[in-house]
Amino acid sequence: MTDETTNAQDAPKRRHFLEIFLGASVTASLISFVYPVLRYMIPVQNAEPAADSALAGHLGDLKPNTGKIFRFGNRPALLVLTNDGKYHAMSAVCTHLNCTVQYRSDLHAVWCACHNGMYSVDGRNISGPPPRPLETYQVILKGDDIYVRRDENA
Amino acid sequence: MCWARKIALIVLPGLCAFLLPAAPPLAAQTANHCLQCHSQLDAPVGVTRKEFSESIHAQKGLTCTSCHGGDASSDDMDTAMGKAAGFKGHIERAQIPALCSKCHSDAAYMRGYNPSLRTDQFSQYQTSVHGKLLARGDTRVAVCSDCHTAHDILPPNDPQSTVYPVNVAKTCANCHANPEHMKGYNIPTNQYALYSTSVHYNALMVQGDLSAPTCSTCHGSHGAAPPGVASVERVCSTCHVFQQQLFDSGPHKEGFAALGLSGCITCHTNHGIQHPSDAMIGTGKGAVCMKCHSAGEPAYAAAGAMHDGLQNLDQQIARSDEILTRAETSGVEVGEAKLALSEARDDLTKARVTIHSVQASAVDQNIQAGLQVTQKAYQAGLNALAELKHRREGLAASLAAIVLVLIGLALLIRKVDAQKSESLRR
Amino acid sequence: MAALVHVKEWIDERFGLKELLAFARHKTVPRHRLSYWYFFGGMTLFLFIIQVITGILLLLYYRPSPNEAFESVQYIMTQVRFGWLIRSIHSWSANLMIFMAIAHMFSVFFLKSYRKPRELTWLSGMLLLFIVLGFGFSGYLLPWNTLSFFATKVGTDIAGQVPLVGKWILVFLRGGDDVSGATLTRFFGFHVAVLPGLATLLIALHLFLVQRFGMSVPPSLEAEWAAKPAEEREMRFFPNFLLRELMAWYVALAILGGLAAFMPWELGTKADLFASAPQGIRPEWYFMFMFQTLKLLPGKIWFLDGDVVGVLGFGAAFLLWTLLPFFDRGKSGRPARLITGLGVFVLTYFVALTVYGYVAK
Repeated sequence: MTDETTNAQDAPKRRHFLEIFLGASVTASLISFVYPVLRYMIPVQNAEPAADSALAGHLGDLKPNTGKIFRFGNRPALLVLTNDGKYHAMSAVCTHLNCTVQYRSDLHAVWCACHNGMYSVDGRNISGPPPRPLETYQVILKGDDIYVRRDENA
Repeated sequence: MCWARKIALIVLPGLCAFLLPAAPPLAAQTANHCLQCHSQLDAPVGVTRKEFSESIHAQKGLTCTSCHGGDASSDDMDTAMGKAAGFKGHIERAQIPALCSKCHSDAAYMRGYNPSLRTDQFSQYQTSVHGKLLARGDTRVAVCSDCHTAHDILPPNDPQSTVYPVNVAKTCANCHANPEHMKGYNIPTNQYALYSTSVHYNALMVQGDLSAPTCSTCHGSHGAAPPGVASVERVCSTCHVFQQQLFDSGPHKEGFAALGLSGCITCHTNHGIQHPSDAMIGTGKGAVCMKCHSAGEPAYAAAGAMHDGLQNLDQQIARSDEILTRAETSGVEVGEAKLALSEARDDLTKARVTIHSVQASAVDQNIQAGLQVTQKAYQAGLNALAELKHRREGLAASLAAIVLVLIGLALLIRKVDAQKSESLRR
Repeated sequence: MAALVHVKEWIDERFGLKELLAFARHKTVPRHRLSYWYFFGGMTLFLFIIQVITGILLLLYYRPSPNEAFESVQYIMTQVRFGWLIRSIHSWSANLMIFMAIAHMFSVFFLKSYRKPRELTWLSGMLLLFIVLGFGFSGYLLPWNTLSFFATKVGTDIAGQVPLVGKWILVFLRGGDDVSGATLTRFFGFHVAVLPGLATLLIALHLFLVQRFGMSVPPSLEAEWAAKPAEEREMRFFPNFLLRELMAWYVALAILGGLAAFMPWELGTKADLFASAPQGIRPEWYFMFMFQTLKLLPGKIWFLDGDVVGVLGFGAAFLLWTLLPFFDRGKSGRPARLITGLGVFVLTYFVALTVYGYVAK
């Protein structure tokens, strides 16, 4: 008699336990599926996948007669603001042995510290070992942002 | 005016302008009777029409008589080559430089042809080894026509010219690489052979960089002579500025001068300059330092330290690059880190220039800067691999939940099947 | 709970929900030693749903132009949170779905479930199989990497071998004479619009027909059952079979997650229209047997090109295979054994040529 009553009392407890267990584990599994999907749908901060253009900076980042290095695709690039108020953008990879060039305010030219190569602000190799000019890019001003794009006609 | 006339007024002058530039060579041909015979003859008196007409002298309206005298307008041999016409005939080798300089050293005259052409070739030539030996009576040395040719002279910027940068070395080698010709001068004849294995040859001939040095760049063209012991460094530093500045700032400058050694070529040689490798510095096989220094000297330790520094940075760059690539191929984004790593490569390049100061402390500065960058890059690589691990942990969590669900479902199935069979039995 | 009852009433008054539920409750699945084959159809459907979901997610970031396709996939793999997971699942699940579809088709063949009255179910299923292969072929080009570019080139070249209309087919598929950005646009349109639309209609038809005719029992087992009538042979679909199917689907999810984490689908290198084909270009495994057959055929057979004979041969084979129910009228004995033998041959050929294609140099 005790067996039957125990069984009769245990049956609802067992069913209850199974329901909770299954419910909890299904919920856990669904969370592990839905969470990545939700994170996926939220756009990333730097939204540009194309390697053809990049945001180089903002107006006011540069003082006249200075330059800065920024990332363009997988390579460094150089943005220069000359005294006449014009922006120039070019690859910062020296055509001699691939060192990163910089803008020299005292020389008003682009200079490579490795072997004293020199380029004009148009990227032309004017002195030292570099055999070729630096690839130049188009500068596009959009509001406060300075965008740089590979020259379509180049 | 009617339209036909208008068209004629526009078209005809245009046609003339089109035809006109062709005129001078025709004029030269018709007026140059010398070639009528001499184009049919063999060397040494043979000159083909093609040869001469393509030369810069013919283009400018000069004829055979400009150098050889005589009368080009006559087709009678005696008149054309007569003393009355001032015929000089064959020009003696010793006379050639003076003959050429009659025009080419006359600034006012040359201005009428090409105002930016220099007019000091002859005075330069007289300071050269060739010029000095010629003045002493040696006619085996080079004169103008040996390098520029006699009858088909082309300007140096013409790729067919014997003195176009790419062709200069071969022109010099015509004599200087010929042991027969160079007998008795006591200078080597392997310069061209060595040069053709060099980085400069490669830059000029293979890469096509016309600013790369050839024989005349270092030795001069008209004033050709080897640079003196003290001058070698200054000649090289025309292009290799940093290396020279660093060399001068270090102990080698005085040391080399005291031993009568030239800078630059003592370690790099002069003609067969190879691309330097890290093995050149240090204490191992192939290290140029060991040509003068021996174990126990402070220089020995310095050389070893510099070599080890370069090797170390090179290895660290490779190590960081490897871990970043590993992370990248597994799908983790490492673009920024790889970009930052390129700065370390810059530092290594700078270090390889700084060794010319032969001061281990200066080289070490570059090395340390580079090592800081590689450290950061390696750390970024470790972080990327941690991200990978993170993914697998996320997967494990999801799998755990799935396994629990599977257990739950299995239990539920058992229960549901049992219920059904019970209901069927009833 | 009262609200739920209300909603049920509302739907029932308009759509006859109670009848539908009653039908569902009575649906049964035969239970025998070969029942596990019944899972394959549902598994194919489940993986298709996974493809739709992950495909839509990929659509949020993918850009179908030659300048940006590769970069956008790279972006998904490296920048988007869990992008690597979604993309790898999409690529792996595609292959698994095609495998399941083929397995489902062969199981239906060998269990002879295509026979009267299920002829149209087989027909719609075969059409779905072709559509699924079309999904695979069109989707493979979308990452625009070297392998996919050349695989598409070779594949469309072969399509162009069909006599008379081959050139037209080739130009239609490629959007021009060569594989180019136009091909990419076109394949993208096929992959996300045309094929999904067709597939949805056919799946609806296929599922309706399956419900209409119920699950078939293999003829050999039917004979056994006729001899012994008393045993319990049916399992209720709700909830018994469905719970089992859910387990299978969860296992599939686990496998997909593991594959994505440990064997992420590779990105490759961006396609270069002007480069020459790399060595050993191969199609994906599900086309390998045809590709390898064409390679083995001699250059000329009689007066025809070897390739043309191969393409026509496969075309005829697929047509006959699709029309199978109209040849097999259900007679047992020798005809039935002949057809089973044919199926064994086809399956062996498929597996052998696929393996050979990978092993051969």
